[in-house]
Amino acid sequence: MKTTRRNFIQQTALFTSVFTLGFDWFESKGATMAIANEPGRFNAFLSIDAAGKIRLYSPNPEIGQGIKTAFPVVVAEELDVDWKQVEVLQANLDTQNFERQLTGGSGALKHSWERLRKAGASVRQMMVQAAANQWKVDASVCKTSKGFVLGPAGQKASYGSLAAEAAKLPVPSTVTFKDRKDYKIIGTRVRGVDNKDIVTGKPVFGIDVRKPGMVFAQIVRPPFGATLKSFSADDVKKMPGIIDVVSFKNKVAIVGTSTYEIMQARQNLTCSYGSDTPLEGNDTHQAWFDAGMKTDKATVQRKDGDFAKAISEAAKVIEATYECPFIAHSPMEPMNFFADVKPGSVILAGPTQVPQPAQKAVATLLGVPENTVQVELTKMGGGFGRRLNNDFALEAAELSSIIKKPVLVMWTREDDMGGGIYRPAVRYHFKAGIDAKGNITSFYLRGVGLNAGNSTRQDNFPVGAIDHVLIESVDQKSAVTTGPWRAPITNFLGFAEQAFLDEVAEAAGKDPIQMRLDLLARVKSNPVGKITYEADRFAEVIKQVAEKSQWKKKPGVHQGFSVYYSHFSYVAQVAEVQVKNGKPQVTHVTAVTDCGEVINLSGSENQVKGAIIDGMGHAMFAKLNFQAGVTSPTNFNAYRMIRGNEIPKIDAYFVDNGISPTGLGEPALPPTGGSIANAIYAATKKRFYKQPFY
Amino acid sequence: MAITLTINRKKVSLDIDSNTPLLWALRDHAGLLGTKFGCGIAQCGACTVWVNGEATRSCVLPISAVANTQITTIEGLDPAGKHPIQEAWDELDVAQCGYCQAGQIMTAAALLKKNPHPSKQEIVDGMAGNICRCGTYHRIQEAVALASKKVKK
Repeated sequence: MKTTRRNFIQQTALFTSVFTLGFDWFESKGATMAIANEPGRFNAFLSIDAAGKIRLYSPNPEIGQGIKTAFPVVVAEELDVDWKQVEVLQANLDTQNFERQLTGGSGALKHSWERLRKAGASVRQMMVQAAANQWKVDASVCKTSKGFVLGPAGQKASYGSLAAEAAKLPVPSTVTFKDRKDYKIIGTRVRGVDNKDIVTGKPVFGIDVRKPGMVFAQIVRPPFGATLKSFSADDVKKMPGIIDVVSFKNKVAIVGTSTYEIMQARQNLTCSYGSDTPLEGNDTHQAWFDAGMKTDKATVQRKDGDFAKAISEAAKVIEATYECPFIAHSPMEPMNFFADVKPGSVILAGPTQVPQPAQKAVATLLGVPENTVQVELTKMGGGFGRRLNNDFALEAAELSSIIKKPVLVMWTREDDMGGGIYRPAVRYHFKAGIDAKGNITSFYLRGVGLNAGNSTRQDNFPVGAIDHVLIESVDQKSAVTTGPWRAPITNFLGFAEQAFLDEVAEAAGKDPIQMRLDLLARVKSNPVGKITYEADRFAEVIKQVAEKSQWKKKPGVHQGFSVYYSHFSYVAQVAEVQVKNGKPQVTHVTAVTDCGEVINLSGSENQVKGAIIDGMGHAMFAKLNFQAGVTSPTNFNAYRMIRGNEIPKIDAYFVDNGISPTGLGEPALPPTGGSIANAIYAATKKRFYKQPFY
Repeated sequence: MAITLTINRKKVSLDIDSNTPLLWALRDHAGLLGTKFGCGIAQCGACTVWVNGEATRSCVLPISAVANTQITTIEGLDPAGKHPIQEAWDELDVAQCGYCQAGQIMTAAALLKKNPHPSKQEIVDGMAGNICRCGTYHRIQEAVALASKKVKK
């Protein structure tokens, strides 16, 4: 759409800057960067104007992991400018002019590190070359500092003054990166680029979308597994402010002029549902777990040696079963999406982490060409995986196409918590055989998930350190919808495994930390089969957390240990529990993280502490129940969220190794349930086998 | 019957159902989108505004109950972001997703208005009613303490 392109240029003034480099934030095919004179296939842009102002156009809005700040930090570092010179702007996000691919979180920086550095270093090199040409010296004798090129005879030119000439130079094919000891921004505390908007209440979120002629809608969704037989909307339609009541795909949408009027009218809606099969309840799920544990049709995910023989010869066998319920993501901003479906043009706007799949799915749903569908992105009030599923965007588009109006579909908290796409419920059964010396010789895990796919991570520790291993999974199909939830699968597997290994260490008469280190030494010298982790990095976080937490050196303090590898990062934790008035209280968590290079120390600490609080809160309190396909509870009065008066002190440390950065939005969560449960056990001798603990 | 409120020092007349919660009056009728919907049952604090200077959950408060009162929303706290609480929030880089922070800030600013130099425990207790799903609680508490230092003794 030509108008969009023109609007875009007018709005951002991007291509009127003297120097504009287009590059790719995320992986993509083809050339990785070029001087850009108009919107093209690139998904990020760096521009420098004659005054030296540097603007970075970010293709992805913030969901809370800090990428919108961290990515520009990497570019600015290699560009060698003062962070104060940099302005990060949200590119006008239309899927027609920007090829974009938003990632789910922790993988983002890992995939983008090289290309972000290259973008910054290339522009720096072009500035140096432009200055060298002007001064008639060799580029190799020029240096840069804070947005200036410095010549050998004391010459000094700002990037702004060089921008016009630099734009005429070829983009270098090879660049030299900074030595990390010269980093000035990376590793420091950089404040979030959206902070000012947040503290002054700017309307930047999905629920803040307002468009001319827009109406509001809420949608009543059926119980899981049920079909809508009939509904009575006569009383609803008579209510003030109600424009229409329509039904599609077993749902009933109430369309009106304001949120409160829709909420009131909704109370008068009666729906009648039916089902060919019995609707699911908690009992159904328990029966499926039981059946999954008994079946001989499990999928073998991994087999090393001969588990059956080894376990029969073990001096001691330890066995335990762990279980977690379905839980909701509960981002503070409930789901919502805007759609305006017109002949020849579809505009979608709202909080989704995956706009291109939304564009594709909506085009398919409506039977229109993909290039007529635009997705405008907003800031996201949290996601935790929920905004990777575009059900909310599809619903909004379908409703708009039926009512032929621009509409914002708003989910209430009850809709959001009762509406599915949950963290799958899973049951794990572990078995370990130890020999007379206390060494683990055999290890077994079966995961039975409800719509969980493979609920195991068969190539992760302690696999690789044990000769005889059998890992199996069973996936039971449920009508309850599921999706990724922060640290998918490992958010509970991490707890179950770390709690089980604590039990094994106790049975073997070993210190839990020393036991892990011994296993990792075995992996290093003589690994068994394929593994996904590096033994040295694993051992390093363990050693550091033992030291930082003064493991077993604090009399009267009960400590619990755990360590987990996920999203290419390693996190070791020691939790401390004190018993106050007969109740165990988690008072302190020490965490050591190896996520490679820490880009933004402020954001990184925030992610680690937030993930620990998240992991702790959900492990202790979160549970959804089911009866006849209906979820309960559906709001925060009965679904308990951890609060600020329930948090431990948290010390977050990072391993300083300069390795390419890896995930951080998720990895600190999986070990949390384990460190806390193990510390509570140390204090009370009570083990937890089910989440929630309370 | 129109109801007259004073929102951020401006008189606003709203001719809507007098049972409409203040939250939705602000968002859908007064064009003030900074106050956020989180739960609708006064459990999370995302919708916190001031009514005559008192931190109040706007999602369950009908506008009939606030006729002729002074309402302050996040947009009215200090549009330039120079309130000590706003400055502390930026300085300590509190927010992750940022969605709950308008409610956190309005709660914190009201707390400091009543008690300019709260103890650590008073801060923890005073902020315990507001949920932050991202878990930025440590920084919220640290930022209230920092803002309290910025407030003149």
